[in-house]
Amino acid sequence: MNAQPPTLLERILKGKWIGKGFLLLVGLVVVWWVGGKALQSPSLFLQQIINGIQLGFVYALIALGYTMVYGIVRLINFAHGDVFMFGAFVSYFSVGLFQLHLWPVRVFPGLSPTAAIILGTVSVILLSMVSCAILAITIERIAYKPLRDAPRISALITAIGVSFFLEYFGALPFVFTPNFITYKRPFEIVTWYVKDGIHRLEIGTEAPPGSVIFSNVLIIIIIVSLILLVGLNYIVRRTKIGKAMRATAYDKPTSRLMGINVDGVISTTFAIGASLAGAAGVLYATAYPQVVFWMGIIPGLKAFVAAVLGGIGSIPGAFVGALIMGQAEVISAGYISTPMRDAVAFTILILVLLIRPTGIFGEPEREKA
Amino acid sequence: MLLEVRDLNVYYGAIHALQGINFCLEEGEIVTLIGANGAGKSTTLNTISGLLRPRRGQVLFRGKDITFTPAEEIVRMGICQAPEGRKIFANLTVMENLEMGAYTQSDKQEIQKNLERVFRSFPRLKERQNQLGGTLSGGEQQMLAIGRALMSRPQLLLLDEPSMGLSPILVEEIFNIIQEINAQGTSILLVEQNAQMALSVAHRGYVLETGKIVLEGDSSDLLDNPMVKKAYLGAH
Repeated sequence: MNAQPPTLLERILKGKWIGKGFLLLVGLVVVWWVGGKALQSPSLFLQQIINGIQLGFVYALIALGYTMVYGIVRLINFAHGDVFMFGAFVSYFSVGLFQLHLWPVRVFPGLSPTAAIILGTVSVILLSMVSCAILAITIERIAYKPLRDAPRISALITAIGVSFFLEYFGALPFVFTPNFITYKRPFEIVTWYVKDGIHRLEIGTEAPPGSVIFSNVLIIIIIVSLILLVGLNYIVRRTKIGKAMRATAYDKPTSRLMGINVDGVISTTFAIGASLAGAAGVLYATAYPQVVFWMGIIPGLKAFVAAVLGGIGSIPGAFVGALIMGQAEVISAGYISTPMRDAVAFTILILVLLIRPTGIFGEPEREKA
Repeated sequence: MLLEVRDLNVYYGAIHALQGINFCLEEGEIVTLIGANGAGKSTTLNTISGLLRPRRGQVLFRGKDITFTPAEEIVRMGICQAPEGRKIFANLTVMENLEMGAYTQSDKQEIQKNLERVFRSFPRLKERQNQLGGTLSGGEQQMLAIGRALMSRPQLLLLDEPSMGLSPILVEEIFNIIQEINAQGTSILLVEQNAQMALSVAHRGYVLETGKIVLEGDSSDLLDNPMVKKAYLGAH
């Protein structure tokens, strides 16, 4: 038998050429089309980009929790979106019921208003982060830890069960109720528009056509997210617990031989991921001021797609994937139709899984000896 | 008595991997367990380290029962293992690998002193401290595995097949360092397939065959033993 090298036609028919060619075509159409829209109305396009950044940063905070937990226990923690919801509700109660955001004014009446607002908002975010961390450690200890040595699918199904439990427990009338609830921000919203310089947009007035609008919510989301991302990077790269997390993710038995308390490290990972989701919950609720028991499902799923797109297990991947998801979503919502944004998000998931299941930054699953 | 293993019985499911083994190790000794693949050598080390639980039997460290002590606690008590196949954290730098070895230590100065001692034994690691563990050669990885274990300042060092996959020159180098470490006061339990090398550095040895100890004695006696010669030293 004389094996003939495959002809180009055969390669196109059999190989991934057809897929790649198709993708390239789709990509070109999208670029041409979005580019056309951008040239038609640069201000509208810029507005979409800004909205996309706002959304992308929130997704990034959620996606990090997915990717860190996956990295260390190889579990897609489907309850993560509901931890995000819990974070939003904690801040809803702390602001609405306990007026936690006002404590600086009450304790230090002489404080400057700006400092008081910053301090108050930071306290609200911190409380949500801590609450979510405690919730996640509880979930991990009760639901996941007993399944540590069970097949992965058991833990996955358990995660879905925990997710449903959190949602429908939240829907109980004496918990979060099944209704949409208007969210009170821990700070007043201030909006600016950009047209021949930056101007303050007074409440009740319209921005002139052709201007780009942004609010202090956007600024707060970006600043808080960046601080948390830098902090996370520091923890993972430089601290003892961060190094232990990476060691544990790589090889659990050897980590135990080094004296690392693997269960403790896993709990810490869940806690860090959940606290980021808690912060995301607060930020999301301030941006889209409504809370409801199922609000974590769609952002959770999108952040999951972002984590897969970036390469699940990779921290920079989660960040980049989330920013891409944010843009893809607002552009499809802005230029096609609002419901399309969810379709586009999951189309991305399907495409990534078909073409590059390991994502942008992902490495192929390592074979363990 | 530093370490005493009594009637250890370990199972993997239905497989009876260790069938009641007894041995001991005095302070300052190098003791070797030799035997073929699958004899139960690594199982013994992993049971001492606390990764595996025996169905019957006891492990005593300085007379204290550590049979069911958690692995991380055992490291704190002064037993550390350089596992089979080195098991370097490939995604961590050489330095970070060594820091993981010192995970149970909290005294910064003590860690620094230890690090210098490890670098003195393995100068190659110092040169490569910022490289990822996965980029090292086999011999360097073995040095890192031993160095990493030493970072926990063990009284008893468990070495699992340090010669595996290394060239004869490197094996020689590693075994010289093993003797040096021992001379500095660390007791060593050495598991090896390379019986010749192991017996040449150890004070005493045990021969393990399918989960049972079939022979024990001083290294020099074992080297002369006709059965050991035939089965493990390649003599005819």
